Amino acid sequence: MTLNELQDEIIEEFAIYDDWMDRYNYLIDLGKDLEQIDPKYKTEEYIIQGCQSKVWVNADLVDGKIKYGADSDAIITKGIIALLIRVLSNREPSEIVEADLYFIDKIGLKENLSPTRANGLVAMVKQMRLYALAYKAKLNG
Amino acid sequence: MSLDLNKIRKDFPLLSQDIYKKPLVYLDNGATTQKPQQVIDAELEMYNALNSNIHRGVHYLSNCSTDKFEEARKKIKDFIKASSDKEIVFTAGTTASVNTIAFSLGEYWIEPGDEIILSEMEHHSNIVPWQMLCERKGAKLKVIPVLDNGELDIDAYGKLLSDKTKIVSVTHVSNTLGTINPIAKITEMAHSKDAYVVIDGAQGIQHGQLNVKDIDCDFYVFSGHKIFAPTGIGVLYGKEEILNKIPPYQGGGDMIDTVTFEKTTYAELPFKFEAGTANYIGAVGLGAAIDYIVSVGIEDIAEQEKELLEYATKKLSSIDGLKIYGTSENKVSTISFLLDGIHHLDTGMILDKLGIAVRTGHHCTQPLTKRFGIDGTVRASFAFYNTKEEVDALYDGLLKVKELFG
Repeated sequence: MTLNELQDEIIEEFAIYDDWMDRYNYLIDLGKDLEQIDPKYKTEEYIIQGCQSKVWVNADLVDGKIKYGADSDAIITKGIIALLIRVLSNREPSEIVEADLYFIDKIGLKENLSPTRANGLVAMVKQMRLYALAYKAKLNG
Repeated sequence: MSLDLNKIRKDFPLLSQDIYKKPLVYLDNGATTQKPQQVIDAELEMYNALNSNIHRGVHYLSNCSTDKFEEARKKIKDFIKASSDKEIVFTAGTTASVNTIAFSLGEYWIEPGDEIILSEMEHHSNIVPWQMLCERKGAKLKVIPVLDNGELDIDAYGKLLSDKTKIVSVTHVSNTLGTINPIAKITEMAHSKDAYVVIDGAQGIQHGQLNVKDIDCDFYVFSGHKIFAPTGIGVLYGKEEILNKIPPYQGGGDMIDTVTFEKTTYAELPFKFEAGTANYIGAVGLGAAIDYIVSVGIEDIAEQEKELLEYATKKLSSIDGLKIYGTSENKVSTISFLLDGIHHLDTGMILDKLGIAVRTGHHCTQPLTKRFGIDGTVRASFAFYNTKEEVDALYDGLLKVKELFG
């Protein structure tokens, strides 16, 4: 599935929920089910300090593709992380660098990603792209 | 309750709106308070009919504007029981006031090796300006610890005081815990060592009668927006004798007597500390806010807040797994809490969707949240216009949060 096909799939999944409570419930479930990251990545080095929730993110290059791992101390944040990982993980660095993450807006979570929100998610997306950029440079180099 | 809340709530236009199709429950008054129509009207009148720059105009409107500005100063003087209008300096807010004192008093009074005492519950704005002063002057910060119930450890404070202590700067009321500190006693103890006392009144000014003469503090600072007035206006109260001694903070127009390129002489108090065009319209709004709360009744406001605090504390305490941070007997109507195992941000995000506005996070008091071994709380802060029904809405909302995350 392409990156955009996956985004469209998520948009469809959310379309069945017409109230915010169901959407949040779904995010909470995704958050609870998020794959645990290796504890060695849950350190200060990998932390992205938002004002309120902590987010840890790391990226490994496996066979030319990036595999992300991430975690947060807040569950709704974790749910959004799970979606980001689903869309971005296991892709080539250049694809991630160029990705237009339109699904966030379409599923009504844009407010969580506006730069004035202090939950660390904006910084997380930025960090995920930076990892991709670094690996892209490394592969090209 | 002795207040007619139906009538009072009608004075605050913002409160009657719906958020996400649910009635707004505004419990973030510690961050900022809503404005009564009387304050909004006072500002409108200034812009619509009286606006003109203060203090230098020869014309009619400038005199009107100046009169309104100086009337506001007098209202504040009367409200906090200062001795003279000269002791009331208008600033942009609490932060600007603390920075002014840290600079001006620091220049006059602090030498290398001197000590400045703060407390562990201070807002960052009553920490950072003093750290900057310490760096500038080679002075040291000493910190009064906080006890488990959220009160200051006054015995420890007594031990920190010494002949090296030059300034004690503590908050009147903790913005995070709601604790009301014994500021008269703190002042008396500091004065016994000839130290000056600064009180951060940002969270204290709106909760009851204040008498700076009785407290005897040397400075008391607060922001207008936390007492139902506009943003961008604040007050620095300082004893006249001290304000006369210390140098001005910023230079500019309005604070001078005469200027030549060789030497400038400064204006009299309080203008010496009001460089540039003051926020005179904000000041008029602050004056109107004080008129408003005096007309509602300061005692009745305090009584209503006390009832809300007692009701909310009892109600929230009945929720299984809810822990309240700050359990002093002497508290304002602020409750900081956490639901066991649920992140404060998650709690706040769900409450938001229910139309309930609370604050989450460290509330700009990182040393304090660290002291309690947490990185933040959910804070519900009540004003006199809040109702018991709104406390019930918060209670129901928290049950919903528990259901979602449990």
